[in-house]
Amino acid sequence: MANSLDQQRYKCAMGAMQTVQAIEGAIPILHSGPGCAQKIGGGSGSSGKFSPNIFPCTSVSEKEVVFGGAEKLATTIDNALKIIDAELFVVLTGCTSELIGDDVEEVVKRFKGAEKPVVYVNTPGFKGNNFEGHGWVLQAIFDQYLPPAGVVPKQKGLVNIFSGIPQQDPFWYGNLRELEKLIASLGFEPNTIFGYGRGLESLNKIPAAEFNIVVSPWAGVDATKFLGTKYDTPVLHYPVLPIGAFETTKFLQAVGEFTGLDPEFVTSVTDEYEREFYYFIERYSDLFLEMRILSKRFTVIADAQYALAFTKFLVNDMGMFPNTQFITDRTPVQFQPLIAEEFKKLNYDIEADVQFLTDGYDIHQIIRGEEFGGFPLIIGSSWDKKFAAELSANFVNLANPLIERLVVNSSLVGYSGGLQLIEHIYSAGLARLVL
Amino acid sequence: MKLNLNNSAVPTRENRLGSITGYVGDLNDLVDQSRNGTLKNRERCFSQSSGCLSGCAIGMVAAIRDVAVIYHAPSGCTLYTTILGDQLATRINTSYDTHLVGTDMNESDTVFGALDSVRDIVYKVKKQYNPKAIFIASSCVTGVIGEDIDSVVEELDEEFDIPVIAIHCEGFKSRIWASGFDIGDHAVLQHLVKPPVEKRNVINFKNFFESERPQITELFAKLGVTPQFLYANSTVEELSHLSESLATVCICGTLGTYLGNGLEELYGVPYVRTINPMGMAGFDAWFREIGRIIGKEPEVEALLQEERDKYLPEIERLKPELEGLTAVIGMGPGYTYEVARVLQELGIKVVWAAAWHYDYKYDNNEVPPALDYLQNTSPNNIELSVADQQNFEIMNILKQYNPDLYFSRHPGSTVWAIKHGISAVYVADEYMIFGYKGTLNFIRNILDTVRNRSFETNLAKRTKTPYTDWWYDQENHIMMV
Repeated sequence: MANSLDQQRYKCAMGAMQTVQAIEGAIPILHSGPGCAQKIGGGSGSSGKFSPNIFPCTSVSEKEVVFGGAEKLATTIDNALKIIDAELFVVLTGCTSELIGDDVEEVVKRFKGAEKPVVYVNTPGFKGNNFEGHGWVLQAIFDQYLPPAGVVPKQKGLVNIFSGIPQQDPFWYGNLRELEKLIASLGFEPNTIFGYGRGLESLNKIPAAEFNIVVSPWAGVDATKFLGTKYDTPVLHYPVLPIGAFETTKFLQAVGEFTGLDPEFVTSVTDEYEREFYYFIERYSDLFLEMRILSKRFTVIADAQYALAFTKFLVNDMGMFPNTQFITDRTPVQFQPLIAEEFKKLNYDIEADVQFLTDGYDIHQIIRGEEFGGFPLIIGSSWDKKFAAELSANFVNLANPLIERLVVNSSLVGYSGGLQLIEHIYSAGLARLVL
Repeated sequence: MKLNLNNSAVPTRENRLGSITGYVGDLNDLVDQSRNGTLKNRERCFSQSSGCLSGCAIGMVAAIRDVAVIYHAPSGCTLYTTILGDQLATRINTSYDTHLVGTDMNESDTVFGALDSVRDIVYKVKKQYNPKAIFIASSCVTGVIGEDIDSVVEELDEEFDIPVIAIHCEGFKSRIWASGFDIGDHAVLQHLVKPPVEKRNVINFKNFFESERPQITELFAKLGVTPQFLYANSTVEELSHLSESLATVCICGTLGTYLGNGLEELYGVPYVRTINPMGMAGFDAWFREIGRIIGKEPEVEALLQEERDKYLPEIERLKPELEGLTAVIGMGPGYTYEVARVLQELGIKVVWAAAWHYDYKYDNNEVPPALDYLQNTSPNNIELSVADQQNFEIMNILKQYNPDLYFSRHPGSTVWAIKHGISAVYVADEYMIFGYKGTLNFIRNILDTVRNRSFETNLAKRTKTPYTDWWYDQENHIMMV
């Protein structure tokens, strides 16, 4: 049953080529049509050592549709190994090559002894979206590239951390660095694989980790659990991206409990963070309380990660009140109850209604029918800008697609992320009325 | 060309125009081979991601104001936003209420088909947005599984009081993404353009993003005509009158050939086929032909003189400063040979010109005029390739020729030249070198680029190129078979 995708906020599974690209030294090889990467591999910040212009691609044409494309894939991989200066090649399949039934596994096996490792993932667009594809790509790399358990010795205190999806999450980079800092402040050595200075060296360290933490409602959770099983290490699935004092302290406590730290030590760490956080809140609280253009009511239209994270922060730290919250990432049904439950765990027994919807028109219709008791706050994507203007809402564009603004390495996570988010929200208000 | 408006599908450029995506040689050889029909395509045994025809087709029809596009495809293909449409409309103080809705095809749809869902989505979209026309687009997946979108289109076209139009966007059909321009034009010609009732003082102007709309409107006003820009900011109503215009012009031969020739063949609207209005010779030739067609030759001469008086002295003053610069060009074929001509007009030496594809004839069976012109005027025989936007070939060429400048016009292309230590000028806006005014700005832009190479050298110092040393030692065309 096709799904009406009006104002789409995700892309297809092969969009996870951006997950590959975020690992320095790795490059995707696309067994797909020539135009797929241009559509789903781009966006601000998608040029690095490689970019979609560089990705090898079999450029499936009518000839392959009729006669099969396995041999074209073989020559493409063969030549990619000669031409491209990469350390890891990840073959991703597109819709066409899957539908015509090319045996990609067999082709990739031929490169087992190649100078550089070649792995593969099935990522046809019709099989899932890029939130799912992200997990498939990670799991394939963990499965095919990383050695079996027992080869790499364990390193005490080393913690693998996974969170937002590269490029799909506009703040993936900054958030990951901030999560590293938070974990490090508990005395651990964080290990992440995306972005500057990580790459294959960090990837190779994954089997050595003592713990795995995945901070995500659902995306990438299965892949992290796969790691836990493969290396017999514990996995903490923490569904809430922590923003602000209340949630970040809770997160650090959860990590402390999971890793068996002394609670008093954890408290000493979080107390210091909170004191600093409230130094700022104290200085700006009059502004928050007295901004007459902003009511107490808000709505978030975003993926599960941000819908949940913003709701928790705005309710539990800022004392605001949630209207219906919208999750647009096509969350798999099995994860929906867990996520909906989290929206019921808010201070003062506040519960937020949450809807899993992918049709932007339907979402806007529901919001049009709700009361905000004044000028609402709407946090969403570029799609919601015009709509927010219609409601005279304060609009903050933090969710994908995020087209009319640039995010380089800023972060929304942790104590400092809460302050960043405050800057975004109250700047939107000030831009409309300085009273 | 013989336009077949009974079929919703358009023959690909390979079949219709003998277009190719792989060639290495030189200007004289390419033109000679085009004339005597011996030109052969060279396939590649290694390729990099480039583009597909759907982007061009959907991008064009979705630029029309207040229509809906239902794209029957998985969620990667349908990744568009209408933000650009909003921004372009805001620029001319109008509104844009076009919607693009995907069908988010899943695995079971690929087995059982999903035409019923397409129908449901069309009903939903029609009710919600009340569009002036609905386009239903196919994709690679619907093509492979044999989904018959034409049947749904016919049924709904009958039922609704607005046009419902099929656009066939199976990306694997053609290696040439410009085939998508023809798909969009075909849909417009087939379903939106109506037979003429009365002639109007309008010139159809096919372009991309109309950045020079104010200037062109002003220039055309001097000839007593109004431009109808296509398709950004056009309406379904305006498109119905294209057959009543005095002429069709286009900013890019690759973009306009189907519509221009189609309107001429179907309704006798003359299509201006000169070299393009880039640079000075192009501007003169193009405007003179417009003047000839609409009977306003003296007005055109006056207009050209005015432009020359205004800009030529400064152009002549700055031109010597470009002396001795060398360039490599990598663009679509509608621009490569035009930009090559302009660079030569300015005294810059073109050491290699790469076009992403090559239409060895346009829809009137003639060799593209820019090539013809270049062969007659170029001081030297230029080395050429048809490079299908293959970055590895271009970087190999840049490394070998080490020009002062790389001129490109596709997103994400400039940075690679910079990493090789070569300054890049991004000729993205289609009006960047429009006429005398554009030429002057272009000269200034080039001079600024070559006189401050800080950004380029800083970045090049700190980055590694994406290819192996082995590759840079090869001939750029060895992956062509």
